[in-house]
Amino acid sequence: MANDPIQQFEISKILPLEALGTDISFTNSSLFMVLTVGVSAAFLIMTTSGRGLIPSRLQSISEMCYEFVADLLRSSAGSEGMKFFPLVFSLFVFILMANLFGMFPYFFTVTSHIIVTAALALLVIGLVLVYGFWKNGFGFLKLFVPSGVPAVLIPLIVLIEVMSFISRPISLSVRLFANVLAGHITLKVFAGFIPMLSKLGFVGVVGALLPLGFTVALTALEFLVAFLQAYVFAILTCMYLNDAIHPSH
Amino acid sequence: MSSKDEPRKDRHSNDSPESRGDELDQRLAQLKSRLDDGHKRQRAASGDADTPQNQSNRAGVAQAFRLSSEFIAGVVVGAGIGYLVDTFFGTSPWGMIVFLLLGFAAAVLNVMRAAGMVAESNMRFRPAQELHKQQLEGETDDTAEK
Repeated sequence: MANDPIQQFEISKILPLEALGTDISFTNSSLFMVLTVGVSAAFLIMTTSGRGLIPSRLQSISEMCYEFVADLLRSSAGSEGMKFFPLVFSLFVFILMANLFGMFPYFFTVTSHIIVTAALALLVIGLVLVYGFWKNGFGFLKLFVPSGVPAVLIPLIVLIEVMSFISRPISLSVRLFANVLAGHITLKVFAGFIPMLSKLGFVGVVGALLPLGFTVALTALEFLVAFLQAYVFAILTCMYLNDAIHPSH
Repeated sequence: MSSKDEPRKDRHSNDSPESRGDELDQRLAQLKSRLDDGHKRQRAASGDADTPQNQSNRAGVAQAFRLSSEFIAGVVVGAGIGYLVDTFFGTSPWGMIVFLLLGFAAAVLNVMRAAGMVAESNMRFRPAQELHKQQLEGETDDTAEK
């Protein structure tokens, strides 16, 4: 079918490779990951290379990006959290660029695959666990024991808190992936209505104006979602890192 | 506003001698106050920039995305743990029943916490929040320190 809404997420091998019995082919997903990293790095390096005291337009975009993430991190994890700035900034820029790349027609959307978002979320949670235990020792486990709870309830509460912690990487990865996937499918479905309706003659063409309007509105919405999801991912990363830095209850 | 100046000051102190530094600092401070005034006037004139209302709108949509997924994740984790317990210990269906209910409780906790209805399990978020409050209250003092 010509306008199969799922087809855009298909992975195709560009350069088939195999190492130690594992398929490590260079796919279209890898290509767009490389492009995302390359373009965002090139943009940041080139715009800030002028080092103008009075920033040019492009330099102020980079500076705004920096300030946005720095303020986010400082307000939710304190100035101690600033040592994680490179990670949070990279995550934010990577997700934002990958989402925005996905908005180009015929481009592959990297973040529409749960394996990519899950890897990012596991990186964050893994870092929180490793850093939390490294910095606080077993005091990190106090995270799961709220203070002021009656002793009888503690086992139950701890169990619930642990499950709440386990659900974090899942909600982090599923939210990003599901929003991007659903948005792109909706866009494709509504756009698919236009040619289908316009085949029906004059009435169809007039009727097709409705999905056309929806498609335009959805495109704007998708740009908003692309930014918001990167923002949500970054702010939650900051909050989880804050747990690792200050787990005291 | 405060972080905007840091890199520039650093850069300028790197490439100019100390004696000229003070004078330049003064001029920068003057320029900054003039720019701030201009920004304030601009913001008052056109409500579109980064007004508090606009910011809270953005935060609201972000939170809406958060709440739904927090809930689903909690229930899914509960069901997953229940399934694993059942397959490993052969306690079907009790593991699923117990852990699904616990997962539901965890999901409600997640949502309440994300919505700010439950205190962020006491002190966990306090240091950062206090810091943020201090920053908001004395933003001018903060910049002077730096």
